[in-house]
Amino acid sequence: MQFDNLSAFFDMGGYAFYVWLSFGVSLLALALLAVDAVQQKRVLFEAVKKEQARKVRIKAAQASAKSNTRNDPQKEEVSSES
Amino acid sequence: MSASLTAILRRDLALAYRQRSELMQPMMFFILVISLFPLGIGPNPEILQKVGPGVIWVAAILSSLLGMERLFKDDYNDGSLEQVMLSSTPLPMVVLVKVFAHWLTSIVPLLLLSPLLALFLNLTQEMYWALLLTLLLGTPLLSLVGAIAVGLTLSLNRGGVLLALLLLPVFIPLLIFATAAVEAASLQLPYNAQLAIIGAMLLISLAMAPFAIAYALRVSQN
Amino acid sequence: MWKWLHPYAKTQNAYQLCERLLPWFVTSALISFVIGIVWGLAFAPADYQQGDSFRIIYIHVPSAILSMGAYSAMAIAAFVGLVWQVRTAFMAMVALAPIGAVVTFIALFTGAAWGKPMWGTWWVWDARLTSELILLFLYLGVISLYASFEDKHQAGKAAGVMAIVGVVNLPIIHFSVEWWNTLHQGASITKFDKPSVAPDMLWPLLISILGLALVMAAIFIRRLQNEIVRRELNRPWVQELVSAAKEK
Repeated sequence: MQFDNLSAFFDMGGYAFYVWLSFGVSLLALALLAVDAVQQKRVLFEAVKKEQARKVRIKAAQASAKSNTRNDPQKEEVSSES
Repeated sequence: MSASLTAILRRDLALAYRQRSELMQPMMFFILVISLFPLGIGPNPEILQKVGPGVIWVAAILSSLLGMERLFKDDYNDGSLEQVMLSSTPLPMVVLVKVFAHWLTSIVPLLLLSPLLALFLNLTQEMYWALLLTLLLGTPLLSLVGAIAVGLTLSLNRGGVLLALLLLPVFIPLLIFATAAVEAASLQLPYNAQLAIIGAMLLISLAMAPFAIAYALRVSQN
Repeated sequence: MWKWLHPYAKTQNAYQLCERLLPWFVTSALISFVIGIVWGLAFAPADYQQGDSFRIIYIHVPSAILSMGAYSAMAIAAFVGLVWQVRTAFMAMVALAPIGAVVTFIALFTGAAWGKPMWGTWWVWDARLTSELILLFLYLGVISLYASFEDKHQAGKAAGVMAIVGVVNLPIIHFSVEWWNTLHQGASITKFDKPSVAPDMLWPLLISILGLALVMAAIFIRRLQNEIVRRELNRPWVQELVSAAKEK
């Protein structure tokens, strides 16, 4: 370790502001980029899942529409969605 | 083949002649921008002389960007571009002719205006000659490289600002060498080196840009 | 080599390769980046002229080098995509562009924060800072061109052409700016132009370059996966992938 103690390390020989500002902003920017990449994956998978669920619902609604469920208003609504 | 190329050249020139008022607009913009600078900086002739070359070049780049969009837009909209692509004439050649016609009709007028602007900004005679030479070599380069980006943004509805965003960084070397040549001329120094570099960039773009433009048009036409 | 590479032009294979590589890259990136930064910040000797402000070099130089490296990689991907019609290459280009832009921003920011104590101002039109700024503009141009197209296949091609135009220009820009700079302001800044670096400063620098490269690679791999999924949302293999992830 080049520094005598921890406070000397944080002081950076008087250049604390510039050194820690540079490293702070850089790490923050990289972290945001990484978080965004992970987040994007979750969003995309979420969207695919939703689409799949919708397809399942549509199929179910069509199947039940065929098997005569005219007086069930709720299912009528779902099938009209397709 | 060359018959079809001359036909395209003649057609583009005739079209430009019929749209004279539209061609006037970038020119007026050029003059207006340049007359804004003395108003903003102050009428001191020495300062004007110092910033003059840079101002004229920046204004030339901006106003050439303004006129650039119509390079392929009308042909794209009325479908004649597609016809040209289907024809047996090689597209890079066609594109080269069209860029040349565009340069003749919308950039050369700017060159003709340049003596007036040199007077406005108090340029010496040596500076003016250097400026004219750099403009003569540099503006075809602007048109050639610019046409690539015009081709790419063709199918977008609002390509204007995007075009500037794409092209301005690419034009920086030209701006640097051109203004340096004029500055050298103001100090009575030789500026052949700067002209040679601009000439080299022009030749490189002349060799490569037509193919890039042709490809860009194909991408836009999909 | 082509035989080995070719299957990865297929998006599904590329995705699975990414999935396999990602953990390795993430761990090695974290390890080397942390070692490089901590070594540079705490254990490397201070510069005799600039004291401890010199430690900014351990983030500034890696980001400056890799900002250019990322642009070249992007242009190579664009070239591969345009010449061999490889769709995965365009996706790689698109995934790389924002990473490159962020790293360029880091290089600019740390350059400014280093310049303030050394030169007395946040910004000088130093040749390297200026060309880095232009590089940022080139990145932003490619990104905004890609974003303007609805049809992402077309967008990839257009942005690819622009990336190649940029890479042809990059050396010209670099040399013109360097030349312009020496023309306009004497050699006042060159006083710390590469004194031969002592080995106990060089090693942490090399490790932090490697570390940042691996960090970028790890982020790139995840972004590439996202890009592949985004483009192929309705393909059966994506559907299966998502259902498999759901069961876990």
